[in-house]
Amino acid sequence: MALSSKDMLGMKELPAHEIEEILNNAAVMKQILMQDSKKTPHLLGKSIVALFYENSTRTRVSFELAGKYMSAAFASVSANTSSVAKGETLIDTGKTLDMMGADIIIIRHPCSGAPHLLAKHVEAGVINAGDGMNEHPTQALLDMFTIREKLGALKGVKVAIVGDVLHSRVARSNLWGLTKMGARVMLAGPATLMPPGLNSFGAETTTDVREAVKNADVVMGLRIQKERQQSGLFPSLREYARYFSLNPEVISHAKPGALVMHPGPVNRGVEMPSSVADCEQSVIREQVTNGVAVRMALLYLMTRRGN
Amino acid sequence: MKLLIKNGTLINPHGEKNGAYDVLIEGGRVTKIEKGIEINGAEIIEAAGKHVLPGFFDMHCHLREPGYEYQETIRTGAMAAARGGYAAIACMANTNPPADCAAVIGYIKSRAAEAGYAKVYPVGAVTAGLRGEALAEMGELKEAGAVAVSDDGRPMMDANLMKNVLVYAKNFDMLVISHCEDILLANEGHMNEGVVSTELGLKGISRAAEEVMVARDAILAGTYDARVHIAHVSTAGSVEIIRQAKKAGVKVSCETAPHYFSATDEAVRGFNTNAKVNPPLRTKEDAAAIIAGLCDGTIDCIATDHAPHHEDDKNVEFAYAASGISGLETAFSLSYMNLVKAGKMGLERMVSLLSYNPCKILGIKGGAITQGGEADITIVDLDAEYVLKKEDMVSLGKNTPFLGQKLAGKVIHTVIGGKWAVRDGKVI
Repeated sequence: MALSSKDMLGMKELPAHEIEEILNNAAVMKQILMQDSKKTPHLLGKSIVALFYENSTRTRVSFELAGKYMSAAFASVSANTSSVAKGETLIDTGKTLDMMGADIIIIRHPCSGAPHLLAKHVEAGVINAGDGMNEHPTQALLDMFTIREKLGALKGVKVAIVGDVLHSRVARSNLWGLTKMGARVMLAGPATLMPPGLNSFGAETTTDVREAVKNADVVMGLRIQKERQQSGLFPSLREYARYFSLNPEVISHAKPGALVMHPGPVNRGVEMPSSVADCEQSVIREQVTNGVAVRMALLYLMTRRGN
Repeated sequence: MKLLIKNGTLINPHGEKNGAYDVLIEGGRVTKIEKGIEINGAEIIEAAGKHVLPGFFDMHCHLREPGYEYQETIRTGAMAAARGGYAAIACMANTNPPADCAAVIGYIKSRAAEAGYAKVYPVGAVTAGLRGEALAEMGELKEAGAVAVSDDGRPMMDANLMKNVLVYAKNFDMLVISHCEDILLANEGHMNEGVVSTELGLKGISRAAEEVMVARDAILAGTYDARVHIAHVSTAGSVEIIRQAKKAGVKVSCETAPHYFSATDEAVRGFNTNAKVNPPLRTKEDAAAIIAGLCDGTIDCIATDHAPHHEDDKNVEFAYAASGISGLETAFSLSYMNLVKAGKMGLERMVSLLSYNPCKILGIKGGAITQGGEADITIVDLDAEYVLKKEDMVSLGKNTPFLGQKLAGKVIHTVIGGKWAVRDGKVI
């Protein structure tokens, strides 16, 4: 089965059965990842370009390895070293990559909606690797894969997502994806970092981190950007940690053995202390591995379109 | 040249006659408003089944000349205005150089005279260079022909300077038009703050950013017994603040633009940059409050805030896209559809909002078809429907969220100063 859209712009647009399909495929890909030789011919003859307008290590390397494990030609473009720095528009850059035969363009961009603009103007399939505060769909897919792998299902699972919800594309993608798959989503953070209207999307909200975590099957921390304190959204990382950190006492309100997750990189001592980030229940490291598997599955399914 | 408009229905709330009258135009003026006029040598404009209205007046548009002629020129703007049924328009000062001195006002007037079509009344800047620091020479601007002053596009963040502006303007009985937006509260947002901004992950602009400055300006105007006109009201809260200020006797007037009662922030979905405008499109509750304000007289008039942009400035990431909607050519249809056809008000009130009321605020004669008065007349077909297409627009700015939509009520002819400007929907 192939995906219905040429692009992967967000979890909001992705139908539940396609989420299922990607996760099922990712399970197979994970087995390949666990082998001695990880090379497969799935993407032989396909070209993938990663177009990154923001810094990233894990997402970019994850996509690159996913593509290369499956034998694709893979090129990376950074905005600060390319003609983007010379003032080329996103549409022109996209068309240039198109003309070079890119089958897939993976884009990360500080502006919400940039992948949607690109997708409208290129033949290549576009994968959103994070756009502004909007979406980071492959992160949500790897989170969902991890939850499903550990807990066996998504339906009925209670997921508490805690932190800077306002600026978080991870929170949005997970909200769309998890609710679509029947999970219960509780969003929590300081009131200044909670955007309006979340309840209308089927999420529960609170500013009380213990209430959020109560009886949760999964507790997910969101990264706090240190510059947020300069804009007066909270006084200090110290105060944030004191009231919103996922410390062992807070985690004790969750279901016994609840999964601890984080999209990374973790600000240790802020979103959670090391004792939680590295505890038995933490699946933060496995999330990274699963990210490669999920991206392999996505690249595979997207390049099968029209075959 | 003699023109005789026959068999139309005159909607002329501020003129002597209303209803089934013929209108004779000679030498640029209306010389007769009577039933069944018969005369030799006049060109007949058959208006059976159509409505004959006083030419509209837009007290707030952007013509981009001098400085940004690739977005719009005075000529293309005046053509677009005529096509939208406007006999006259007042253009804002945020050109390059800005209209902050007599020389630029003179330039705009001479370019407008060469262009023809809609009459153009320049608005001068409030502060030198629109910098919000020192006052522009308001007396000289008025003498040169500025009909009002405004730093529109840039709010006056300095409340003390705003106080001085409002008080100083009394010397010349100059209207001050205020763009109300607390820049710090707006916090570099890109759309209305609400459910849709949360969903799209776009930075929101709080309604409070507009409302705190509307309240501030109303308080200043009240305290110093000065006049102020609030531009492009977009929120329910602003409407209520102005309603209360008017009740308290404050000399405040205001306008809204058709997009604030014809569209909502839902139009931004899909990251549609043609729906990016400042102030941003709000919600259906705000639109309803704006319509209520237009009905009860809280909002004095409809202005377009016509803000033409080049495609290149819209065909980019949402955050980087220019703000503004090209509005001159759709104002009548949107007003007719959402105010009159929707049953919110009668045709007469809508016509006043589009023609007489803005003239009155600016102290300019117009907005009525009167015996001996200048022949500025717009003839519309309320039954006509059309799909808004880029190719049909004469403004250089095709940036409107209403593209592809079916609109009702169409401007058929526009006569300005007794001369054809638009005939059968086409600019002459």
